[in-house]
Amino acid sequence: MLDLHGYGWLLFDGLQLTIAVGLCAMVVAVLLGLLGSWGKLSHNWWANLAANTYTTVVRGVPELILLLLVYFGTPTLIQSIATRMGYDIRVDINPFIAGTITIGFIYGAFATEVLRGAFQSIPKGQAEAARAIGMSRSGVFKRILLPQAMRFALPGLGNVWMVLIKATALISIIQLDELMRKTKIASNATHEPFTFYLLASFIYLGITLVSMMAQKRAETWANKGVMR
Amino acid sequence: MDFSIVWQYLPIMLEGAWVTLWITSVSLVIGLVAAIPLALARLAKNPFIASPAYVFVLYFRGTPLLVQIFLIYYGSGQFRLELTDLGLWGFFRDPWFCGILALVLNTAAYSAEIFRGAITAVPRNDIEAGRACGMSGLLLFRRITLPKAFRIGLPAYGNEVIFLLQATSLVSTITILDLTGISRQLISKTFAVYEFYLTAAAMYLIMTYALVYLFRVWEKRMSGHLQERVVVEAR
Repeated sequence: MLDLHGYGWLLFDGLQLTIAVGLCAMVVAVLLGLLGSWGKLSHNWWANLAANTYTTVVRGVPELILLLLVYFGTPTLIQSIATRMGYDIRVDINPFIAGTITIGFIYGAFATEVLRGAFQSIPKGQAEAARAIGMSRSGVFKRILLPQAMRFALPGLGNVWMVLIKATALISIIQLDELMRKTKIASNATHEPFTFYLLASFIYLGITLVSMMAQKRAETWANKGVMR
Repeated sequence: MDFSIVWQYLPIMLEGAWVTLWITSVSLVIGLVAAIPLALARLAKNPFIASPAYVFVLYFRGTPLLVQIFLIYYGSGQFRLELTDLGLWGFFRDPWFCGILALVLNTAAYSAEIFRGAITAVPRNDIEAGRACGMSGLLLFRRITLPKAFRIGLPAYGNEVIFLLQATSLVSTITILDLTGISRQLISKTFAVYEFYLTAAAMYLIMTYALVYLFRVWEKRMSGHLQERVVVEAR
């Protein structure tokens, strides 16, 4: 009943790239989130300002604009600076890297808020107690704060992941051959856009459902030692 | 950087911003009207009412908006003959109709989930007190449950509105000249890439935080004694 005219594998290739971009972007987002939440909670005025500007700006601008700005804007900016300095260069950004960095950068702002909340929900006395028995600052972070923050942050980060993986569909606009763009190629070749876009939407839905189940498992695992 | 070129085209950019606001408000109003019955259907005890609503919400929240837009705009072309017979092809040929339809369905699904959560979060005591005063059915819903749920759901709904505003940028992919679309068009004409994108970003930023401010004021008026704040979160 469903005839894909041999384009099924094309979509499968696209799916692999979508997941690869999604995972890489998620790593970037969590790292930026850690940095950002440190900035928000630190007593350093500059770190505070930088982290607040980051989350305010990123959450106020559509992903598409940021993506286009990074992919098309950065090379022209570098080129025009180079021309002014007397060099003639051509800069091309790899769409995989541009996509990963932009999506990671955007969702890093959301991860920042999640992680800030998680760090704040750890009772202050715990870090103080650890310092009092002689743990170093980095030891406190590694052994007391981070493990607990990750448990508190799990639902929020799972949420960020599910929004992030859907946002990777935008990268098709900068010509990366992920699921969305492969779908476009297949639907143009077969003149059956409805069939292919519907199939693509079910693949994304599948990713969402699998992620939801994985998140539930991860939460049960992380809360194993906690009394309810 | 040369922003004088942006100055020259600023009126056109502002027109694009106006289009963005227009699409946002139209989708918002229609989406809101669709969301309330959808939320009630989600809460219905009858599985034949509850499960279609659940599937609708799951589908539109679980798939990217871009796919939904393409599915409606490009996908409808596959049924051109059938749609022409039904007299509907005129609608589905129009990117405005398709873009707004996708945004409406998407925001209806997200808002329905917000209202469902808000309705279940109405304290039982309030409803019991209402019953004790002799109210029931529609009267109880209209006087007690709905106003209370509205207050509870308002911060989350404010987030949804902000997301919708930003999500409208995606309709530029189906040829609509909203703020994003107009920037892309001006860039292909002038090659001033980052100048126009930065200006567009600044305009979105202003619109977003104006909305955040409006919702904050509204919330204060609705529930000054409860004090909740709009925070833009990943939905």
